[in-house]
Amino acid sequence: MIRLVTYLPLAVAALLAVVFLWALDRGRDPSLVPSPLIDKPAPEFTLAGFDGGPKLTDADLKGGVTVVNVFASWCLPCRAEHPYLMALARDGKARIFGINYKDKAEDAKAWLKELGNPYARIGADANGRVAIEWGVYGVPETFVVDAAGRIRMKHVGPLTPDRLEEIRGMIADLVR
Amino acid sequence: MIAEAGHFALILAFVFACIQAVVPMIGANRGDGALMDTGRVAALGQFTFTLVAFLALMHAFVVSDFSVANVAENSHSAKPLLYKITGVWGNHEGSMVLWVLILALFGAAVAALGQNLPPSLRARVLSVQAMIGAGFLLFILWTSNPFLRLDPPPADGSGLNPILQDPGLAFHPPFLYLGYVGFSIAFSFAIAALIEGRVDAAWARWVRPWTLAAWCALTLGIALGSWWAYYELGWGGFWFWDPVENASFMPWLAGTALLHSAIVVEKRGALKSWTVLLAILTFVLSLMGTFLVRSGVLTSVHTFANDPERGLFILALLMIATAGGLGLYAFRAPTLRAGGLFAPISREGGLVLNNLLLGTACATVFIGTLYPLFLEALGGGKVSVGVPYYNLTFVPLMVPLLVVMGVGPLLAWKRGDLAGALARLRAAAMITGLAALITILLNDGPALAIVGITLAVWLLTGALTELAERIRLFRGPLGDSLRRLARLPRAALAMTTAHAALAVVVLGITASTAWQSERILIMAPGETTEIAGYGITLERVVTVPGPNYAAERATLRVTAGGRPIATLRPERRRFTDPPQITTEAAIRTTLLADLYAVIGDRQQPGSDGGGKAGWTVRLYHNPLVPWIWIGAVLMVLGGLVSLTDRRHRVGAPRRAAAGSDTAGARPA
Repeated sequence: MIRLVTYLPLAVAALLAVVFLWALDRGRDPSLVPSPLIDKPAPEFTLAGFDGGPKLTDADLKGGVTVVNVFASWCLPCRAEHPYLMALARDGKARIFGINYKDKAEDAKAWLKELGNPYARIGADANGRVAIEWGVYGVPETFVVDAAGRIRMKHVGPLTPDRLEEIRGMIADLVR
Repeated sequence: MIAEAGHFALILAFVFACIQAVVPMIGANRGDGALMDTGRVAALGQFTFTLVAFLALMHAFVVSDFSVANVAENSHSAKPLLYKITGVWGNHEGSMVLWVLILALFGAAVAALGQNLPPSLRARVLSVQAMIGAGFLLFILWTSNPFLRLDPPPADGSGLNPILQDPGLAFHPPFLYLGYVGFSIAFSFAIAALIEGRVDAAWARWVRPWTLAAWCALTLGIALGSWWAYYELGWGGFWFWDPVENASFMPWLAGTALLHSAIVVEKRGALKSWTVLLAILTFVLSLMGTFLVRSGVLTSVHTFANDPERGLFILALLMIATAGGLGLYAFRAPTLRAGGLFAPISREGGLVLNNLLLGTACATVFIGTLYPLFLEALGGGKVSVGVPYYNLTFVPLMVPLLVVMGVGPLLAWKRGDLAGALARLRAAAMITGLAALITILLNDGPALAIVGITLAVWLLTGALTELAERIRLFRGPLGDSLRRLARLPRAALAMTTAHAALAVVVLGITASTAWQSERILIMAPGETTEIAGYGITLERVVTVPGPNYAAERATLRVTAGGRPIATLRPERRRFTDPPQITTEAAIRTTLLADLYAVIGDRQQPGSDGGGKAGWTVRLYHNPLVPWIWIGAVLMVLGGLVSLTDRRHRVGAPRRAAAGSDTAGARPA
């Protein structure tokens, strides 16, 4: 009897291990935040043009598959994901629109000059209001919007190689 | 270059840890003194190189070397030097380096100062300690290398979370880690004892100072954290039963139980198996705390960046330590021979009750913390366990604990005389009754306040009665009593101090919870309000620049009976890198109560403010709240006094006597 009791702590620990493992697995991809905006039309918005460019509005999203990327020159992870956006731009399958979040125009300009500009159009969200409409809670975030202007995918945080492939797959499906 | 040197030093530390884990254990099994001694050299090597790595990382932070990714992500050139330094452990990678540094420090301390330990026990302790160290060093090198470079380096860093830029929080993690990691020594001693198959009074005497030192640090760490939450989070509260707070509180409860049960092993040779289990569980709970905080499986206000790969690695370490420790325990514990018998009513009986209550309390916190996770795992949806749960479970457990704490120390070992003890507590009981009566007459708070005050007074008078009995106060000439006091074992003084300190903490918690006044309102400059008999006038709100933020500073004039007595200047600080707002509460303390003010948003007429323009001002009057932290510091003081007790120095060869003295005192 006493022998069995001494195994009790081990049994509890084993049970705990199973639950922790499950919890880790559940949280495996914390960047996959379910967004209430998925499969909904993109929010209405109007953003001032960037660097003298034309305004960016929700109407511009219609008529083609678009990747919308929220970025800022002060954001380090944005620098990390930038090559993936450049790769997407080189694919040429979808337009990439940028929302320049709470940034100074001259900083963003210098940043794009240094790293290359993957964006077809950029809107300047100086006060972050439009980002709130999009449910953004940190930069960078990336959305895939279909030709009807509906949000089909959302990614929080810097893009990863895996996620890049997923986005490419989704673009291929949507373009077809 | 220095960063690469740091990385290299970490690898060397890992190599030393591997040697330390394997060689002394083989030596102990073969009885080979030379192999056993290798462990001491390796322990010092592991510590030295971990220190080099830590200093290299600190150097990168101090000189703002943004080519190191960790520095770029967590520091900023405009940050004050203090926070550049504390930024080293304000992030995941750096805090793990601090973790292994402290682990290696404890190992090195055993190697350098443990001359009075039997060589085989010391070798095994060092080996187990190094197994933990090697695991965590591998974790850092594999998933959390703090020395990764960035190319090209950014012009400036993203900054340390402003909420962490605070002196209280700057030193909270190191103390917490000293506590968490310090319990690793108790774990290593327990494992070594299980391997040797021997747990005796000498073992308990060796393990106790290390546990005490870790316990002191953890107590201080928790107190600092709660103090920080009190003045920084701006809600006037000091404890929120948040999962991360609980993660540090569970090892504290288990560690407190361990301190007490080790006394029984030392004095009476009983409770051996239980004490070994507690030693294992205390460290396992510390590891679990690290896992919960680092993996983000529980949602908490504290949750750090969560990375599943890291979570999996820490979980693996936690499970290896737990399965190894508890498996060995299950296998070997039945062979530990039980020691002295004792009657239920005795000092041992009191300490068993203490352990049962602390253990149950720890279990309730454990269940409250993990229940949401279990329920979700079983598909029961998301719930959160809050204050009402702990009020219903944890608080009622403290009532018998405090009652017994008043009596227990007056009972004799082996067979106690309850009637005699109660007779000696007559004066204490009378004072307690009087205090209860006064509280009832004056009380307009909840009934629980009466219970809390009564229990605290009972504990305080009980602890002092025990001391008075020991020195035979009022039984003979005063000089005689003072001579006895001077000759009293330090451990006895320590117990009185720590128990009385807990009474002070309970008084603080009870009074500040039951009689807190709160006032939240919108004030325009020039307006006056009133709280707890003080008049508060908002004079003005101005914007002032700080080193790396801009603050809106309110000036509040405090009057008592029409006379100005103080000025409060709460601030709202707006940081730009990264963008975040923090509140700095202004607190005026009389040590009997705190007047606490926080400035909030500016209100425009017509918005939520109901048509009124001004500033949101939150005012609190918290009676006795400083006693919580005064009590905690006194409790630590009690622990430190106990560390200086003579019996940690005697019973060993003369040469070792001085060594074991510092062995106890140094890690605290």
